[in-house]
Amino acid sequence: MEDYFTLISGRTKKQAAGLHKGPGSPEHLIATSYVEISDADMTRLGVSDGETVKLVSSAGFVELKAFKADLPDGLLFIPMGPAANQLVSAETFGVGMPSFKGQKVKVEPV
Amino acid sequence: MLGILGGTVIDPTNGITLQKKDIWIKDKKIVSAKDVDPTVAQTIDASGQIIMAGGVDIHSHIAGAKVNSGRKLCPEDSLRLLRPRTAISRSGSGLTVPSTHSTGYLYSEMGYTTVMEAAAAPLVVRHTHEELEDTPNLDKGIFITLGNNHFIMKCIRDNEFAKARDYVGWLMGAAKGYAIKIVNPGGVENWKYGKNVDSLDDKVIGFGVTPRQILTTLGRINCELKLPHPVHIHGLRLGQAGNVDITRETMELMDEFGAHFCHVQFMSYGGERGKMPTSASREIAETINKKDGITVDVGQIIFGPATTMTSDGPAQYGLHQRVGGKWVNDDLESESGGGIIPLTFKRNNPLHGTMWVTGLEVFLLVEDPWKVFLTTDHPNAGPFLGYPQVIRLLMDSKYREQEFEKLPASAKKNALLPDLKREYSLEEIAIITRSGTAKRLGLKNKGHLGLGADADITIYTPADNREKMFAHPSWVIKDGEPVVTDGQLVLEKQGKTLYVSPDYNSAIEKDIREHFKDFYTINFDNYPIDLEHLGPVEKILCG
Amino acid sequence: MSQVFENVVCKFCGCLCDDITVEVEDTHISKVKKACPNGRGMFLDYDSSYSKPFVDGKEASWDEAIAASVDILNKADSPLIYGLSSTSSEAQRKAVELADILGAVIDSTSSVCHFPTSLAFQAIGEVTCTLGEVKDRADLLIFWGCNPLVSHIRHFTRYSANAKGRYIKNGRKGRTVVVVDVRPTPTSKVADLFIQIKPGTDYEVLTSLRALVNGKELEKDVDGVATEDLEKLVDLMKGCNYGVASFGMGLTMSAGRQYNVGELFTLVVELNKFTRFSAMPMRGHGNVAGADQVLSWLSGYPTAVSFACGVPQIGPGEFTSVDMLANGAADAALILASNPGAHFPYAAAKQLNKIPTIYMAPAGDCKPESATVVLPTACYGIDAEGTAYRMDNVPIRLRSVLQKTRPTDEEILLQFIKAVEKC
Repeated sequence: MEDYFTLISGRTKKQAAGLHKGPGSPEHLIATSYVEISDADMTRLGVSDGETVKLVSSAGFVELKAFKADLPDGLLFIPMGPAANQLVSAETFGVGMPSFKGQKVKVEPV
Repeated sequence: MLGILGGTVIDPTNGITLQKKDIWIKDKKIVSAKDVDPTVAQTIDASGQIIMAGGVDIHSHIAGAKVNSGRKLCPEDSLRLLRPRTAISRSGSGLTVPSTHSTGYLYSEMGYTTVMEAAAAPLVVRHTHEELEDTPNLDKGIFITLGNNHFIMKCIRDNEFAKARDYVGWLMGAAKGYAIKIVNPGGVENWKYGKNVDSLDDKVIGFGVTPRQILTTLGRINCELKLPHPVHIHGLRLGQAGNVDITRETMELMDEFGAHFCHVQFMSYGGERGKMPTSASREIAETINKKDGITVDVGQIIFGPATTMTSDGPAQYGLHQRVGGKWVNDDLESESGGGIIPLTFKRNNPLHGTMWVTGLEVFLLVEDPWKVFLTTDHPNAGPFLGYPQVIRLLMDSKYREQEFEKLPASAKKNALLPDLKREYSLEEIAIITRSGTAKRLGLKNKGHLGLGADADITIYTPADNREKMFAHPSWVIKDGEPVVTDGQLVLEKQGKTLYVSPDYNSAIEKDIREHFKDFYTINFDNYPIDLEHLGPVEKILCG
Repeated sequence: MSQVFENVVCKFCGCLCDDITVEVEDTHISKVKKACPNGRGMFLDYDSSYSKPFVDGKEASWDEAIAASVDILNKADSPLIYGLSSTSSEAQRKAVELADILGAVIDSTSSVCHFPTSLAFQAIGEVTCTLGEVKDRADLLIFWGCNPLVSHIRHFTRYSANAKGRYIKNGRKGRTVVVVDVRPTPTSKVADLFIQIKPGTDYEVLTSLRALVNGKELEKDVDGVATEDLEKLVDLMKGCNYGVASFGMGLTMSAGRQYNVGELFTLVVELNKFTRFSAMPMRGHGNVAGADQVLSWLSGYPTAVSFACGVPQIGPGEFTSVDMLANGAADAALILASNPGAHFPYAAAKQLNKIPTIYMAPAGDCKPESATVVLPTACYGIDAEGTAYRMDNVPIRLRSVLQKTRPTDEEILLQFIKAVEKC
């Protein structure tokens, strides 16, 4: 059985601060290019804190540094931005809204 | 320069009925023939046509927070009337809640040139102004809702009339409003606690003041500030069986100050509380006929779709409990509230039939046309596009009989309508749609065709079918420029926002500033509307 | 030369705080008081200096750039106008006028934010209030699928949990704060009750709450949420004096979207049989509420509007921008005050590199490669005045504290309107 995580993307203070410097600025890219995973999941995957992982969804893939965070098992968090959007499909379910919260993603060690 | 030649003029304000008369226009005003050079003036051959001043609507919900929520709420309403863009006009949508440009064009095509937006809370009146700027071909004014205003209720509680008066003076100028609107005084505030008011002496929660006090205070303030229009009142117990009693009581109370009671049809029911309303037209007409200080507009039901929208939050909650479906409610800090519910008025519904009968009976039982004006409380009782149909019902008693016959038996049973054979004349129609409304609004340059009047003129082709006649005027002139010719819209132009700015003691601003700190989440300095941020305006003088 | 401006309005988020003090030193902002970190960054990082537009990556004159833009708009059969949420309502009105005469599609950022809320609104309506009512009356605050301590940083102090209201004089002590979310957040950490739900189960939880409110019993836990917790929440909701449920992307972006919001709206309607209750969407950008208002008053619909047939048409899933781009339905795009490149799924964002695009934004956001034509503009609320609508739809006038050196969105759009061929 495939081990799918649920990805949610959202705001962080650093992401907003990065936007003020300009979308695509170094501050913005740093603030939006990492993934948070629960401690238990990282142990299970054999990934250590700060290690790069490959995230794959139906829409694409991206390699990001993974950090442990207070998250329920099975949930990934990436700040809203270009990195997360490599993984979010353009399927909008007839509404216009992509799955910014709820995209299914696989995590592979690199 | 423009001359309208050979038409038959109806100008009740100036005592002119069906007289052949030329009308001359120069620099946006009606002038005498000697002020015009006939060799250069454009002329319109109006022989065989009826000339009236442009329509003046005394009560309509066309712009602002509530109306726009109504638009957003009802995409189905957009599909009822889609307006394609043309070389000279914008696209639009909506029948009961038309988009802003469409509102202006539709009113214009129907011969109206001035419309009063019936209610705006000052906290969000900036929104109303923005929408009115996008409503072409009409002059407009805004009624400012004050009947549940915390500063005023505080002043009443603390016995500080002068402060309340100066506050209203400041506020009308800050909001660039036209008149004082009172909606269910005290009731909208009580709804924030899940309650309402039921009598003039019920207490408003948190203030301990009464509707009676709010009404008389604002009535007196209106007189002292000398605003051109009297207080404009939507009273207590809207839509409830038996409410005619409290409406009459309120009219008696406010007669000494002068007051206009809006959409009086909804306020004039007999019957047992909690049961089916009946028409109490005879009772209400008796009071209206007797009281010199009171005028009304009817709020006539039009069968078909409507969108009810009012600051009367608890009334809409009550309606929602009865009819279900979608419902918007909005509580506005320190000032007001409101609710929106889309409805369809059906001919075969006994209650709707009774409401339809009530409105027409009021028109026919009020003797003086200068006291009873044509509205549908657009879009509450129906869209303004229904006005021509109401005109036909008033002028043509046979047509009225036919339509009455279509109602269910229980709506016809005790109706007075079949026995009321009166038919309105063209002159009376002119009064209830422009001359009388302009006069009551205190608009000295509107609603008539005398020298110095604004050149807002409508030309109708006479027809036996009065609905057709009034639905499609042949020419409409706005500020001296034809905007409708041969029944077609030919020009989009901006009208003016009419406002008042009464004198007041500026010492009150200190109190208001203090008040804002606790009572609002917007700064005192960011609240008033600056003239430089508005489109074309005209200040109407007080006094 | 230094100047101090009071009562300045911050348009970073839907809070539209209007109590900001800004100190200006010559041509830049030197100090900002009272603003949250998001607002501070917006003011302090702003560069008002003149910069030239770019056409095809090279500096150009304004006349050249406007002409190139008009050319793109004239040649397009299916242009898309997107963004609007950080610009003034006056500019938004011009954008809609442009869309009307071009026969374009126009869509605001609510497309990827609260459009599902608008769809729920069209079906259910909404019982709501202004923020002053929240401050003065709300003894129960529910935050569902949102994280105000990160996204609307002064919300708690100015309008909600920590504010001292006229009828809740003891501030936080007089209120109960409930957070519903899929993970712990800074906001959930300060809640009196945190209900953690599984991702994508908002609808089930909301409908279960409705069942309880309407007197039904739950047979078992709801997707891992204990019935006792839900019963506790229902007791709080029915027992409060004035409850307010604020909600965000947790509802609109998760499975269920508009149905999630519809269920919350329906729950709030039903609670009004027992007490007073309001719902409020947490609008993200400073004037996205204004974009909804402007589009509604000009077309009848809040967003995703096409004028291609000569009348306004709404099209969720069709005229929404992600779909317009991902489906290849837009053959040109005018992007106003927004960042679809950063915030759209890649399949949609990459389309922006394939079609001619015009990008209008304050200079700091403008790089030569951002678009075919890049037009650096002034910024409403910093060096241009205009009107914006707060998340509760209260309109506030944005002030200007710097001299503008670049044209406003309104000025540019007016030039487009005058120059384009009418459809």
